[in-house]
Amino acid sequence: MAISTNALFAIKPNKLLSALFGSRLYLMLVGFLLFLAFWYFAVDVWRLPRFSQMPGLFTVLKEWLNPDPVYGLSLYTAEYYTHIFASCVRVFVAFALATVLGVSLGLFMGWSTKVREYVFPVFEMLRPIPILAWVPLAIIMFTGLETPVIFLAFLASFFVTTLNTMLGVDSIDESYFRAAQCLGANDRQVFTNVVIPGAMPFIFTGLQISIGVCWFSLVAAEMVSGQYGLGYVINTSYTNVRYPTIIIGMVTLGFVGYATSAMVRMIGNRLMQWRMREIAMSNS
Amino acid sequence: MKTRGQIRIKDVVKIYDPEGAAVMAVDHCSLEIAAGEICMIVGPSGCGKTTLLNAIAGFHSINGGSIHLDGEMLCGPGKQKASPGSDRIVVFQNGALFPWKNVIDNVTFGPVMQGKLSLAEAKDKARSMMADAGLSGIENNFPGELSSGVRRRVEIVRALMNDPAVLLLDEPYRALDSLTKSVMHESLLDIYDKNKVTIFFITHDLQEALFLGNKVAIMTSRPCKPKKVLTVDIPYPRNYSVVTDKRFRELMEETSEAVHEEAKKSFAAGEREG
Repeated sequence: MAISTNALFAIKPNKLLSALFGSRLYLMLVGFLLFLAFWYFAVDVWRLPRFSQMPGLFTVLKEWLNPDPVYGLSLYTAEYYTHIFASCVRVFVAFALATVLGVSLGLFMGWSTKVREYVFPVFEMLRPIPILAWVPLAIIMFTGLETPVIFLAFLASFFVTTLNTMLGVDSIDESYFRAAQCLGANDRQVFTNVVIPGAMPFIFTGLQISIGVCWFSLVAAEMVSGQYGLGYVINTSYTNVRYPTIIIGMVTLGFVGYATSAMVRMIGNRLMQWRMREIAMSNS
Repeated sequence: MKTRGQIRIKDVVKIYDPEGAAVMAVDHCSLEIAAGEICMIVGPSGCGKTTLLNAIAGFHSINGGSIHLDGEMLCGPGKQKASPGSDRIVVFQNGALFPWKNVIDNVTFGPVMQGKLSLAEAKDKARSMMADAGLSGIENNFPGELSSGVRRRVEIVRALMNDPAVLLLDEPYRALDSLTKSVMHESLLDIYDKNKVTIFFITHDLQEALFLGNKVAIMTSRPCKPKKVLTVDIPYPRNYSVVTDKRFRELMEETSEAVHEEAKKSFAAGEREG
C-alpha cells in the first residue's frame, strides 16, 4: 500500500492513512469523476438533444450548496432535513417490522416442513405482485397518511427477508444437525444453536437487499400518496418544474440509501465475527 | 478393561427407496465388534459402509436384521431406526464443528446441552482433554481459523467429552494430505490409549486400516457385507515404523488382493461416490 512521501506527513502508517492514500480510494474517486464528467459534458458542453431539458452538473451543485436556494431546497434549508428525516423514519419502521416478522416467518418455514407447506404457496403467489399494485388496498385498509406508505415499504422488504431467511435455513449442511443430535441437543436447542446461527449469513445478505428494496418501495409510495419525504420532493419538483431539485432529491437518496446499507452490513459483520475471521484466513 | 461398546450387527438389510428404484445398499450384513476394539471397515466407494454407520448412529432406518449395543437393541424388528444419542457419536467426513462457535463452545456443547455439566465444569474438563490431546491455546479461535487437521482432532475431543461407548468415524481423514494423516493416526491411537472407547472407522485406505485397527473388515462392493474379517495382531502402542515391519507387509499382501478385487467390481458397476 502506498504511503505518502510528502515531507509534511511524518506519521506512522496506520489503517486510516493506508485507506486515504491507498489505491482503492483513488479508483473510487476516479469512477465518480468520470460519471460526473460525462454528465457535465452531455448537458453543458456537447448539449446533446436527448438531455436538453436536464439540469447541468453545476446548476445542481450551485443550488444544492446555495444558502438561499432558487427553488427552495438546499443543504442550508431546514425543509431539506425535514424531508430526509420523514423518509428515514418511515424506512426505519418499515424495515424493523419487516425484519422481525420476515426473519421469524423465514426461520419457521425453513425449520418446519408443515409450516412451509401451508404458507409457501400463498407467499410465492403474493410475492411477485408489484408494490404499487398494493396502493389502492393500502389506502383502503389503513387510515392516515403515514401508514399506507410504511405498509408498502414494509411489504417489499418483508418478502425479500422471509425468502432469504428460509433459504438460509435450507443452506445449512445436514451434518451440523446430525452432529447436534449425536451430542444430545433437543429440538429447541438445535433451533437456537444450529438453525439461527447457520442461517445468519443468508439472512444478512437478504437484509442488505431488503433495505434497498425498502427504500425503493418507499420512494415509489411517497410519490403516489405522501406528504413530506424524498419521494414526495422528487415528484412535486417535477410537477412544479423545479428540475434541479429532482436531482438533489435523487442524490440525497443515493447517499442515505448507501449509508443505511452500510449500517446493515456493519451490523452483520459484527454479529458474524466467525465468518469475518474465516474469510480473513483464506485471503491471507 | 473396557466393558461398554460391544456392537452386534446381525443380518442387516438396507434398501433405499423400497417402492421405487429399490437399491439394496446392505445385504444381510453381520459383524461383531468387541468392546474397546478398533474396527476398521474397508471397502470401495459407494458400497454401503456409510449406510451401516448411519444405521448405528440413528440417521437411517434399516429394513431387516438388527443392531445391538451392549445387549440393548438400537434398531431392529419393531424399531426400524435407532435414536441418535451421545453413546454413539459420529465424526463426520467433512467435519461438523459448528463454524459459528469457538473451539471451547464447540467442545463443551454435548455436556452443556444435556445438562450433565455446568458451563464452568465443562470448560475445565474441555481444557484438560484438549491439553491431553496437545491442543492447548486455541480455545477462543473459531474453526475457520484452524487447519483441517486441528479441526478433526478438536471434533474427536468434542465427541469424547461425552464419554461415548462408541466413536463412529466416517472417513474422517479423507480430505487431509498424507503427511497430516500420519500425524492424525498417531494422535488417534494416543487418544485411544487414554480412553479405550470402541472405534468404528470407515476408510478406503488399506494401510490406514491395518495401521490403526485391531479388527479389519473388508467389505464387498454394493450391496455390502463382510468379505474378509481379520485381526491385526501387531501390539499397541504402534508407531509409524510398524509400517515397514514384516508382519505388516504380510497382512497387506493378504488383504490387498481382496480389496482390489472389490474395487474392480465396484468400478465396473459404476458406483456413485460414498
